[in-house]
Amino acid sequence: MTLLPVLPILIPLCTACLGMLFYRSLRLQQWVSLFGAGALLVVSILLLVIVHRDGMIAVHSGSWAAPFGITLVADLFGAIMVLLGAITAAAVVVYSIASVDSIRKQYLYHPLVHVLMAGVCGAFLTGDIFNLYVCFEVLLLSSFVLLALGSERGQLEGAIKYVTLNLFSSAVFLSAVGILYGAVGTLNMADLSLKVAQAAQEGRDGPLTVVAMMFMIAFGIKSAVFPLFFWLPASYHTPPFAVSALFAGLLTKVGVYAMIRVFTLIFTHDVGFTHSILLWVAALTMITGVLGAASQGEFRRILSFHIVSQIGYMILGLALFTPLAIAGSIFYIMHHIIVKANLFLVAGVAHLIRGTSDLGRPGIVGVYASAPIVALLFMIPAMSLAGVPPLSGFWAKLILLRAAVDERAFLYVAIALLVGIMTLFSMTKIWAEAFWKSPGESADNENSHDDAPPAKPPRTPFTMLAPIAAMALLTVLIGLGAQPVFELAQRVTDDLLTPSRYIHTVLGSPDAAPSGDAP
Amino acid sequence: MTLNVLLAILVGGLFAMGIYLMLRRSIVKLIMGLALLGHGANLLIFTSGGLVRARAPLIEEGETIPSAPFADPLPQALILTAIVISFGVLAFMMVLVSRAYRAVGTDDTDEFTGTDH
Repeated sequence: MTLLPVLPILIPLCTACLGMLFYRSLRLQQWVSLFGAGALLVVSILLLVIVHRDGMIAVHSGSWAAPFGITLVADLFGAIMVLLGAITAAAVVVYSIASVDSIRKQYLYHPLVHVLMAGVCGAFLTGDIFNLYVCFEVLLLSSFVLLALGSERGQLEGAIKYVTLNLFSSAVFLSAVGILYGAVGTLNMADLSLKVAQAAQEGRDGPLTVVAMMFMIAFGIKSAVFPLFFWLPASYHTPPFAVSALFAGLLTKVGVYAMIRVFTLIFTHDVGFTHSILLWVAALTMITGVLGAASQGEFRRILSFHIVSQIGYMILGLALFTPLAIAGSIFYIMHHIIVKANLFLVAGVAHLIRGTSDLGRPGIVGVYASAPIVALLFMIPAMSLAGVPPLSGFWAKLILLRAAVDERAFLYVAIALLVGIMTLFSMTKIWAEAFWKSPGESADNENSHDDAPPAKPPRTPFTMLAPIAAMALLTVLIGLGAQPVFELAQRVTDDLLTPSRYIHTVLGSPDAAPSGDAP
Repeated sequence: MTLNVLLAILVGGLFAMGIYLMLRRSIVKLIMGLALLGHGANLLIFTSGGLVRARAPLIEEGETIPSAPFADPLPQALILTAIVISFGVLAFMMVLVSRAYRAVGTDDTDEFTGTDH
């Protein structure tokens, strides 16, 4: 059982290697990929159950004691994130069977998805800040390839922007790690927590605040917060829908996860300074994201801008830094990963039925008229995203708003509410244009089509609908069973705000803690 | 100590050049900028890990720790990892840029507006 935290990294990696061995057989690759995604899902459920029951698990690779060896830590937060990642990956892999073309699959689409998952799970489970960098690079590199795979012009242009800004962020991250190591002489996150607190007490907090800001910029680019989000809407609408969904669900959330981890465990020495910057960032992220979405007319670009505005809510919870607010952030992440990935998957089906993703152009047929089930399946995550009760998004927003009211941060309450309404506006726009409107109503601009569309829309394959239905069901379940999910979020928060638990799990009991002083 | 100062200036220079090149409009200069930025970050780790002249971290016979002052091997291990990663990323970036050049027909980033509207 002690090796359990290693499995979520090992399984995707082995699946990827196995998939590459079956380079010639797409069918075998597909089965390996499905099996790997299933195994990851099972293991991550097991991990969450065990961590929930017995508390955090720390694994030291090669039995080199922390802080010298490389540590993997599965705490409740990490385990939940791994499970959410596994759910998204499973949905995307099933969805890809019919939606991703065979040329991309020939060029190792499936193995790349699993390499990405190895990086994502590694980032959630690592207990070492340099390993976090390595995991980021693993997931980034596979995401670069997934984004550019197919080499359409839009994809390449989007990929250049995505790659450049993410590599810049990696360089900042790496520099921050270097300076941090120079300042306190350790890279283990539990040990860093102790050393940074100690250094701050001794009044050596000048360089530490600088490093904290560098981490904020690095993770800010990755999680697409206010002034640093421009790569996201420029690239997320270009790859196949399955890839978009995977990115939208997981990649920015890895950044948010890292931000929450670092700013609850390590850099809490100057909360007044760092977290008040985060507060402004959160507010501006919410506003700019939702305004950006309002000006867009393409299905996935609207959704991409909404990722940005939703990230603002998650950062808001962290910035308020009260137990309730952080629980709100955790709840928000859980709700958001499911909902956002699902919306991109629905976008794929709508594109298949309408023949276009451009909301300004009339589709071949209205989705609502030809496939009312698909329209319903869009409605659930869309309303959840906007925060309509009783769906998951309502509770996520309610907890955050409650926390903000408790802190008397009424400005942020107002902004959050306004952004919620604007989100509803965007979702209604998509609903009206893509789902409700039937082409007969806009017959006059029918001749703007450059290619003659087939008269009947293609049937939506079952493998595309099943993951959407499953994730919509999950959204409804989180909404209806909000209390247990909220209790889970509260337990996560409790662990996050009591770093001593994390530290003791990694470094052993306080009296036996080895001293990791660099000479 | 002078070496520290020199390296600090070098790191700053690399970062400045890297960012300057990234701000240019040519995508080829973009790659060079990213490469220089990576080198700057690596040298930064090397410098901030502490510089010690000609003292390998070897443990003498009968001792359990090397006698201080010794060169900290960890930053070098970190740099090695980072170099390998940036090598792979750069190779990918080169292919991406050449494909993008062929698809768009120019190396001017101002023309890369296909995804902006």
